[in-house]
Amino acid sequence: MATITTSTPTEPAALGVIRKIASSFLLRRLAKALFSIWLVTSITFFVIRAMPGNAVDVLIQELTTQGVSPEDARNQAAALMNIDLDKPLPVQYLDYLGNVVRGDLGSSYKSAGLGVSDMIAQVLPWTLFSVGLALLITFVLGVALGAIMAYRRDTWIDHLLSNIAATLDAISPYLIGLLAILLFGITWKWVPIMEMRGAMSPGIKPAFTLEFLADIFMHVRVLLLVYVLSSIGSWMLQMKSNTVATLGEDYVTVARARGLTDGRILTAYVGRNATLPLFTRLAISVGFIVGGSVLLETLFTYRGVGFLLARSISERDYPVMQGVFLIITASVVVSNLLADYLYGWLDPRVRIAGGDN
Amino acid sequence: MQAIGDFLSGLWRESVKTLKILSRNKMGLFGFILIVLIVLLSFVGPFIWPPETSANVTEINQGASAQHWLGTDFQGQDNLRKIINGGKDIVLIAVITGVLSMLIAVVVGSFSAFVGGWVDSLLMELVNIWLTIPKFPLLAVLATVLALKDVVTLSVLMAVLEWPALARQVRSQVLSLKNRDYVEAAVMLDLGTPRIIFRELLPNMMSFVAISTIFAMTHAIYQQTGLVFLGIVPYSSANWGVMISAAERRGVLFNPQAAWSILAPMAAIVIFQLALVSFARSLDEVFNPRLRTSV
Repeated sequence: MATITTSTPTEPAALGVIRKIASSFLLRRLAKALFSIWLVTSITFFVIRAMPGNAVDVLIQELTTQGVSPEDARNQAAALMNIDLDKPLPVQYLDYLGNVVRGDLGSSYKSAGLGVSDMIAQVLPWTLFSVGLALLITFVLGVALGAIMAYRRDTWIDHLLSNIAATLDAISPYLIGLLAILLFGITWKWVPIMEMRGAMSPGIKPAFTLEFLADIFMHVRVLLLVYVLSSIGSWMLQMKSNTVATLGEDYVTVARARGLTDGRILTAYVGRNATLPLFTRLAISVGFIVGGSVLLETLFTYRGVGFLLARSISERDYPVMQGVFLIITASVVVSNLLADYLYGWLDPRVRIAGGDN
Repeated sequence: MQAIGDFLSGLWRESVKTLKILSRNKMGLFGFILIVLIVLLSFVGPFIWPPETSANVTEINQGASAQHWLGTDFQGQDNLRKIINGGKDIVLIAVITGVLSMLIAVVVGSFSAFVGGWVDSLLMELVNIWLTIPKFPLLAVLATVLALKDVVTLSVLMAVLEWPALARQVRSQVLSLKNRDYVEAAVMLDLGTPRIIFRELLPNMMSFVAISTIFAMTHAIYQQTGLVFLGIVPYSSANWGVMISAAERRGVLFNPQAAWSILAPMAAIVIFQLALVSFARSLDEVFNPRLRTSV
């Protein structure tokens, strides 16, 4: 919100703007999202550039050891990171913010000449595709299984599913991924792990053909399975407890007393109300899966954003690292924003009461 | 300080009582015994079975046998012995991160709930914003740039990133306890905020604090394993995470004979995590009157 107040000229007008933002659900959420992105942008700036022994110094040092003269090394580093090292720090910071807003994230240090924005644009679609699809599958399956658990409470199927969900929830996605490769790829040989590397096979043209779709599915399937397995547990348990709580509500009893069919009660009364709180979890889940993608995409050599971040980390390619991290954060924040809007649209009470507390 | 001392002695009494109740919950007791065993083995074990210093080229990548219960790794060293020697780091990381993040969360969360007003709103708004930032990529980037060398600084960094989520939960707990009669009485007697927080409030949310700490611990173990895999945390110490990535890097994954080297440390981590979680879940049952069945 600070960014808005500084740009408004007079005191009463500024107050008016703040009040308008604070009273509007949509604008308030938007301001929060922008603030998160700004916060992360600033953290990365100060950690990478301003701290003693920071990445820029390291970069200059590395270039010098490669035989570049100190003066040239300094200029090269400045060019790669897209900053002017002679300017005072606050000016550098503003320049950097301006560059980020324009979509200019600097150039890669290891893969010479490649723009960071272009590198990200190449891999981002694959992460959006795999994470989005995983989220959709997890949501639908988790809601269905959770509802079954609640309806068949204290039967063997509930106990079985509850235990599976609790176990999956406790094991980290990275270990599930390792296990999947080991079992499906090596021990049982169900899938060709080596051929599955990358997001698609070489020589296949991206187009809406059956061949292309089959190919990208071939590459994504095990990764998808691991995403689903690692995050479905918490969905199932949450949905179960929501459904159990909803089943005890008066309006469900009334609906039963009115003689409505079980199917109608499930879809129109129980299902909708039990699913509603899950939409707030969607936001958390996006962050969780994207966070896990750094490890899983690397494990499966799936060339998405997480893979790029891991590679830039291991190569100490700071411009790329910084840019990819920014994009990852921005996409998580934006999907949070969308989830918020979706929730506000589905449940008008949130918009009127104006808050999640 | 007096308040904290009293709180610690109260904590001890409470723990003994908890153990007594816990002995009636089978899953929880099982988890607890496993945790004690793992901690003992990790801290005492290395004195009985010190790490092997040389490679055994004649016994590389073997499966389980009478001589090597969990097989041998790519250097021909015994996997079981490596696991015994690699547990200390994992336990330390889990405990430091869990306890430290909970400590910050208790202080900030209860402060926020007690002060209320705009301070509370602002703090919680910041926490909510913090929660939307994906933590693992942030941790990976920070750990890379800061070039962390040892277990303790890594744990502190993880705790610093982890506490806001816990603080929000602590705040809502404190809010629900704040209006109880005994807390209001303590406030009216002007016993001082630290004393009220540590003597009146904290004992009443002990179950919640313990459970959240344990979940923060399992989270820390997972994050550490991930950082090792990305090559951010140095290989110098031999812990379970390092064993997994070392095996993975040596292509052991694609060598069916050597599966033991990767499965053994994985199993160690999973068993430790499951033990922690089943212990935490049973604590919930012990303390939560709505879930309590037979106590």
